[in-house]
Amino acid sequence: MQKYSVFSLIKNAFSDHMNWEVAWKDPTPKKEYDVIIIGGGGHGLATAYYLAKEHKITNVAIIEKGWIGGGNVGRNTTIIRSNFMYDANGRFNEFGMDLWRNLSQELNFNVMFSPRGIINLAHSDAQMNAYARRGNSMRLNGIDAVLLGREEVKKHIPMADFSDDVRFPIFGGLMQPSAGTARHDAVAWGYARQADSMGVDIIQHCEVEGFNITNGKITGVRTSKGEIKAKKVGLCVAGSTNILAEKLNMTLPIETHCLQACVSEPVKPLLDGVVTFGAGHFYISQSDKGEMVMGGDLDGYNSYAQRGNLPTIQHVLTGGLALFPFLSRLKMLRTWGGIMDMSMDGSPIIDKTHIDGLYLNCGWCYGGFKSTPVSGWTFAHTIAQDRPHELNSELSLNRFSTGYLLDEKGIGTKTWVG
Amino acid sequence: MLHIKCPYCGIRSQNEFAYGGDASVKRPELNKDVPDKEWDDFVYNRKSLRGKHIELWHHVSGCRQWFKAQRDTATHEIFKTATMNEEI
Repeated sequence: MQKYSVFSLIKNAFSDHMNWEVAWKDPTPKKEYDVIIIGGGGHGLATAYYLAKEHKITNVAIIEKGWIGGGNVGRNTTIIRSNFMYDANGRFNEFGMDLWRNLSQELNFNVMFSPRGIINLAHSDAQMNAYARRGNSMRLNGIDAVLLGREEVKKHIPMADFSDDVRFPIFGGLMQPSAGTARHDAVAWGYARQADSMGVDIIQHCEVEGFNITNGKITGVRTSKGEIKAKKVGLCVAGSTNILAEKLNMTLPIETHCLQACVSEPVKPLLDGVVTFGAGHFYISQSDKGEMVMGGDLDGYNSYAQRGNLPTIQHVLTGGLALFPFLSRLKMLRTWGGIMDMSMDGSPIIDKTHIDGLYLNCGWCYGGFKSTPVSGWTFAHTIAQDRPHELNSELSLNRFSTGYLLDEKGIGTKTWVG
Repeated sequence: MLHIKCPYCGIRSQNEFAYGGDASVKRPELNKDVPDKEWDDFVYNRKSLRGKHIELWHHVSGCRQWFKAQRDTATHEIFKTATMNEEI
């Protein structure tokens, strides 16, 4: 594999960039693989990469019904954080933060990880108390957390509405300074390129139509490009999880919903980190190109449409205008939607299933992107060793039966409200 | 914008309604030994399929009645709506 560097860039400039190696091949599927990963998104590509790198399992195929990186890894708002209260979620995602910090070097692909901080705004004494508790829980797990007062928040976002007559006056906020953003497409492409170079077959435009199961053990998958045998199969299909679960006669604690995001026209730099305005169902950051990147609520009813409905955009931006009145003068550049695998407690599932050799990675709700490296790392371990790693042992499927839920937000099973 | 036909008030815009989730979920019978699996299915497990979905809506800014709707989860076409005691 050709190494990307300033020298390769200069060298290729002399041939008008016509002689770059392809970043990954376009193979026809083999008859049999040791492991098949279904879903060529960030999590699937990362899983294949760590299977090859950490566990030396290279006879691996990624099967993707569309093109790699065309789902939620290309549709999210690129936020990376580990500001969780529960130990299981905090440790899991803080391990992921360490992977993020070294990812550009590891993948030889600039993922533009930019840790500029995230601030969750608080609007009452009670919320400040709740954030103090969350911040303390984070620090006990070695995650950086700073409780900001009103004046400190003002230093970070002076353009917010700090007047007294607003519906949700800013009391302060909880900040994770090490949180940030990354270039989402680069994450998918970087993992794909490295996985391919280690022998992983990336098979695009190949839809899974069914599973072959003999005596409770998976033996392969039936696809639009024919049958492919496999000793182990991992599902990394986010919003399509329920569709594949039906083919496996499984019902899961997952509902599928549409989440939208939008960007404004680009403007000069004015917002450094990420700001979330939970009370207004709104969050915002500014991309390197200068666009204001915004999002908020789910569309509010089960949906497989990868495009959203305008009332939700209007609702989210109404909240945005309440916080940042200057937004009213910006034009909207794009809105789009992606379909989320909303789990019933808001936390993901990375586990084995009752079918021998079939592994499940789902339930990311609207927070899958930040966990891409650690999800791949732990899922690869779970598949290779046939048991969960300590980091994902509590992200189990049976926690919904045993009652050991990880309901970070405490909103219950009304997934569409979250 | 969805246009939803409330069985009591007729067609109204989506803004007047609140969603209530899968209407095919049945609570386990009262006064009966219920296996854990049945409780799991009632509380947590959902089919949430692509295509026709029977669901609950609440005309919260209108007549405040709950009712059922059959909607396509990919196209959002609403095929029919019915009162709670009607089959759909």
